[in-house]
Amino acid sequence: MATSVTSPAESQSSAGLPSSAGEAGPPQVGLRRYLWQLFVAQREVTPVLITIGLFIFFWIDSPNFLTSLGLNSAAGFAGPYGALAVGEVLVLVLGEIDLSAGQVFLLSPWIMYWLWQLGVPVGWAIVCALVVSIGVGLINGLITVFLNVPSFVGTLATNFVLFGLVLIFSDDTEATPVPGAIPPQTTAVAPHVGLFGQIIGVWEWSEILWVIAIAIVIQFVLTRTRFGVRVIATGGNLLGAAEAGVPVRRVKIMCFVLCSFLSGLVGIVDAVKYGTLDPGNPGVNYILYAVGACVIGGTALTGGRGTVIGAFIGAILIGILEAGLNIIGISTNDFFVYIGLVMILAMTLNGWLDRLAARTRSG
Amino acid sequence: MIDDIPEPAGLAGETATELSRSPEVVLEVQGVTKSFGPLSVLRGIDLTLRSGEVLGLVGDNGAGKSTLVKILSGYSPQDSGRLLVKGKEVHFKSVEDAAAHGIETVYQDLALIPQLPVFENLFLNHEILHFGPFHVLNKRKMRELTRQYLDDINVNVPNVNAEAAQLSGGQRQAIAVARATRTNASILLLDEPLAAMGARESRLIIDLVRGLASHRSVSMIIIDHNFAHLFELCDRVNVMQGGRITIDQLTKDTSLEKLTELMVSNYRSQLQAAVVES
Repeated sequence: MATSVTSPAESQSSAGLPSSAGEAGPPQVGLRRYLWQLFVAQREVTPVLITIGLFIFFWIDSPNFLTSLGLNSAAGFAGPYGALAVGEVLVLVLGEIDLSAGQVFLLSPWIMYWLWQLGVPVGWAIVCALVVSIGVGLINGLITVFLNVPSFVGTLATNFVLFGLVLIFSDDTEATPVPGAIPPQTTAVAPHVGLFGQIIGVWEWSEILWVIAIAIVIQFVLTRTRFGVRVIATGGNLLGAAEAGVPVRRVKIMCFVLCSFLSGLVGIVDAVKYGTLDPGNPGVNYILYAVGACVIGGTALTGGRGTVIGAFIGAILIGILEAGLNIIGISTNDFFVYIGLVMILAMTLNGWLDRLAARTRSG
Repeated sequence: MIDDIPEPAGLAGETATELSRSPEVVLEVQGVTKSFGPLSVLRGIDLTLRSGEVLGLVGDNGAGKSTLVKILSGYSPQDSGRLLVKGKEVHFKSVEDAAAHGIETVYQDLALIPQLPVFENLFLNHEILHFGPFHVLNKRKMRELTRQYLDDINVNVPNVNAEAAQLSGGQRQAIAVARATRTNASILLLDEPLAAMGARESRLIIDLVRGLASHRSVSMIIIDHNFAHLFELCDRVNVMQGGRITIDQLTKDTSLEKLTELMVSNYRSQLQAAVVES
């Protein structure tokens, strides 16, 4: 089945193509094939296509969508999901899952807030909040690696513990986080907040820019560094990686730590942006969207494969869907139906593209 | 029970003189024993491996082959006895220890990461990095060296960028062997390298093994229970029975039939001994 797709001549011309394309001018057939190969090999193709489709649909349906308000609202939804999704990809590539990241995302601003209340300067309060986030990741990693508890269960447990702690220590009352002691969503730029405040979330675009920056860094780490190779190796073939000398336990723990750290970091930005902390807000809500974004973006839950860019685009897709449905006046209740359908569509397309890519490459 | 195994049958005469003329001994196992609780699995293994030699290790399930391999690859230590690499006694505390002495094990299906391209598999854990603190991969260099090395040892894969998952079983095995030898492994332990392979695939591995042995003086111990495979691959065959090496023969001095006969007669005397004892 695989070989019947291409003629022998064609497959010969493309044998070494992706690497040698620049060296010698490949024949016409080869070039076209190469571009096609490149296209279908990108795991991000599906979410990009769907996102563009949605974007055009909402744009045509409601010109308001392309205003700063519409985009801002899309970015507002996409930001937290994107941040969590980017960190989550690292863990998913391992073949693990971190269900507590959403709660870390909500916990870390609380830590900052409590310390600030105790008189700790904001900067240090943030540092401490991040240290706590790292600590949670460390615990998740240690539970998974050394207690051999499946990460699905272990992190679900941490998630509940953290949720409970937030409820206990906040006395179940809402609070206003630090530099966002201004009313939420005031203006595009609140001039009386310093640069630091603007950077960590007051400026309306700061969150999404944080997420983009993090996505780029993590994508680089995953595809261009030794650590990235180790993550993929650990997720792709745990035993084989260990045999080759990859410190698989350390790699796993590192991924949990990174995931948790990134969640805590963007959690602070998000809390500052919206200016309120709601203890009753459960983190699982966020994390399930984030996992959804990863999956839409082409990350396999089985490990070994993942794309940060895809996850980010998946988050944008969910953001646009949520904001767009809002703007064209469809009830938020319908949103869940749509998001479900989009996920099925994306997964189907992903699977189809995978098979196509495999066929093209082995041809 | 089965302590009264006859002397190794093939060690006498011709074979021994042949061996003394061959190149230096790279690995020597002297009286190695290993027990798991009351069960003694290895009862004094003696084995030598010479430079560029391909040694086959056969034996039934439970004969202790895999236990011996685990000791040689540094996975678990022996209870007593000595291991000598190039004449020096070694004590392996880990797989890395063994690797540092040039001993690598190639497991058939476990070795490669299906989702990584060939060149990243070849350099797994020995990546070439750009200068700097972030361990950024020098992919161009790794690709280049991969092509060069695979060319050197005559392994043909369509594309070094192909994911390992897309390779055939034989190609994957070849890449795994290539990885081990590239990192200067001089002694390879191969576990059933031809299992589940078609004729063409087998040819690829047989040629690779023979080539590495003769051109690069890589020594290999091949564990298999398929005699036909061993006769194709090996210079010499050692048979393990009941935790000992009972037969040591050059493949050119023996045949499948002769070896089988020897093994059966060994079993018979083992059984008799067991019966007498009980």
